Amino acid sequence: MLLGRTAASLFWMARYMERAENMARLIEVSYRISLMPKPFRAHQDDWSSALKSAHCEATFADKYDTASQENVIQHLVLDRENPSSIRSSMETARNNGRAVRTALSRDVWESLNATWNELSALRMNQLSSDKLPGFLDWIKQRSMLFRGAMLGTALRRDSFHFCQAGAFIERADNTARILDVKYHILLPRGAGPGSSIDRQQWASLLRSVSAHRAYRWAYRDASYQPWNVAQFLILNPAMPRSLLFCYDWISNNALSEIEEEYGDGTLPCHETANKTMALLANANMEKIFQNGLHEFLSDFIDRNNRLTAEIATAYNFP
Amino acid sequence: MGDNFNEMLEADGSVRPAYALLHKWLETQTPSDLRGKIREAESIFRRLGITFSVYGTEEASERLIPFDIIPRIFAASEWRRLEAGIAQRVGALNAFIDDVYHRQEIVRAGKVPGDLILQNEAYLPQMAGHSPARNVYSHIIGTDIVRVGANEFYVLEDNCRTPSGVSYMLEDREAMMFLFPDLFAKHRVAPIEHYPELLRQTLDSVAPPQCDGEPTCVVLTPGIYNSAFFEHAFLADEMGVQLVTGDDLFVEDGWLYMRTTRSPVKVDVVYRRIDDDFLDPLTFNPDSTLGVPGIFDIYRAGRVTIVNAPGAGIADDKAVYSFMPEIVEFYTGEKPILNNVPTWRCSDTDSLAYVLEHLEELVVKEVHGSGGYGMLVGPTASKKEVAAFRQVLKKRPANYIAQPTLALSSCPTFVNSGVAPRHVDLRPFALTGDRMRITPGGFTRVAMKKGSLVVNSSQGGGTKDTWVLED
Repeated sequence: MLLGRTAASLFWMARYMERAENMARLIEVSYRISLMPKPFRAHQDDWSSALKSAHCEATFADKYDTASQENVIQHLVLDRENPSSIRSSMETARNNGRAVRTALSRDVWESLNATWNELSALRMNQLSSDKLPGFLDWIKQRSMLFRGAMLGTALRRDSFHFCQAGAFIERADNTARILDVKYHILLPRGAGPGSSIDRQQWASLLRSVSAHRAYRWAYRDASYQPWNVAQFLILNPAMPRSLLFCYDWISNNALSEIEEEYGDGTLPCHETANKTMALLANANMEKIFQNGLHEFLSDFIDRNNRLTAEIATAYNFP
Repeated sequence: MGDNFNEMLEADGSVRPAYALLHKWLETQTPSDLRGKIREAESIFRRLGITFSVYGTEEASERLIPFDIIPRIFAASEWRRLEAGIAQRVGALNAFIDDVYHRQEIVRAGKVPGDLILQNEAYLPQMAGHSPARNVYSHIIGTDIVRVGANEFYVLEDNCRTPSGVSYMLEDREAMMFLFPDLFAKHRVAPIEHYPELLRQTLDSVAPPQCDGEPTCVVLTPGIYNSAFFEHAFLADEMGVQLVTGDDLFVEDGWLYMRTTRSPVKVDVVYRRIDDDFLDPLTFNPDSTLGVPGIFDIYRAGRVTIVNAPGAGIADDKAVYSFMPEIVEFYTGEKPILNNVPTWRCSDTDSLAYVLEHLEELVVKEVHGSGGYGMLVGPTASKKEVAAFRQVLKKRPANYIAQPTLALSSCPTFVNSGVAPRHVDLRPFALTGDRMRITPGGFTRVAMKKGSLVVNSSQGGGTKDTWVLED
């Protein structure tokens, strides 16, 4: 038996851990671009596009006038008033975990708690820009430790599946948003290699989902092809951050396991997840580009949000 | 302070038998060995999140309670006497609460004044006439006891509402067994790790008579920001029951349910760790968002058991405390085994005059206070503090009681300067359901500052593992 509140806490705990890790990657990439010589920095607004991908434009605008590197990093890393900053995400993940620690294995709880203990001891001014890469690396490692503890020690039952549903819904949302902010650089533009600026943008996009090396193994091209980059992140079933991969987990694994365990029949959340899964499984890039990549991605983000709401209703989240 | 009872050493410096092995072992330990062990213990506690929250401090709102790695030891014979005293007192407390909410025989017999009960803030008129399952009201009692001599124990306070600290008792033991397995191999220490099992048996045994089949128990917590949240989660986990907040529970058609991911599940026993006032906004504080609307009505109807019962606080009220010798004798027909500290009720004019005259020697406490807040420890307070307190006391005398300062016993404790005696108290836990279950030992708190008598964790006190040796 699982309380509705416990299920909600597990779902959001996993979601916020995933969010912290994704945020670390996003900042890492933006920071890397900021170190490039000027000509490669095509757009003045690299930092504002990071804000957009992180869905933090509104909270940022409330506090700052200009999207300078310093301001954006401050807002995305340590700002307590930004609910999606790395610090806030870690705190929310840990507080959710703390509220339901009876539902967590000791290893999972310890990984969460130790991370928060270290992070909460960190002062703003201790994070100078030379320390930033190390810090972001540490955040990724802690998130991976958490995931590892979960995979290695959690009983495969409803509580675990709610965590997995949360993590993959967050991951799908993250990949879709990153793509949507940069969709224009992926649009087909006749033959021929892209400019060096284009190549730089494609590489960064892949990097922000830790996929620039994997891409080489998945596609044999000597250089990045925007078509393939999009295919890789949306429809490649082997790529663990692609939308298809995420939905395979959400629909065919997490939610269907819960459905089976409970035997209460198919609820609207299952229907939505299955529909999105079918949509991805039957899609091909040609059609997606024909109908509009941006339209496809915004539709996906909406469906994904609706799924969260439906899961909350189906399982009595408070 | 020179003539305090030293629990390890006799007056002539020889070692008491129960401490013989420990004393020998301590001599083989260097300060840096012990310091290393303390660091190890702290990192375990921190990693596990065994913390308590301190109200009113924004920074570091989760703190570790200082843990002292030198155990406190009771010989089997010492414990037997203590245990008998606790059982006697706990039995009397439950009989008293039952009487208070029914015929009030003790008032009729002229042993306690009626006003003391009816005018008392801790008296809940809504409880009058209600008989909970097995007539048990205070299922979990933590009795605060201090020692002043070989066989002299005083009860400072009976905690009959929602006593905390039991998780520290259990975790301190876990830590000690991890850090010093060899010490356990040399001693026969009575085990305590079955406390959660005993608690679960107690809860099951007081399920409402209307409950058929296996009762469903829950632990009701105010949430993660409560100072004892760790303990709530710990106990729920150890007992294998759900940890719930008020939001998770609801009353429908006269029964209590919890919201799950599937259909609602009926709840029979609520071990609540929230105060009476917050339990039910329909009956008590209407602004409470922590409790469950309607729970009190179905409690009165005998459809759910609340542990400890609402209104049980009448028994640990500090003004009622001064009548404990009469209360014990009235219900058990025996002389109390444990002493009561002589207490002046400041509501009484003569007593107030005496207290004002002797403030420097007395401990003055708020009648309804807890946690060591709002009290004056005369002998260690500055002139200024005493003067300030005098004014407060004169303004609301009925709010205070005063007691002589007791010469608290001391135990060897590891402090900055090495191993030194520090004052301690003891909170054993007694469970009452179908029968009484008392865990050997209890939760020892130690004042880490030299000479200090304040052991409260909110005031910088620490904890120790407490050993009862078996014969």
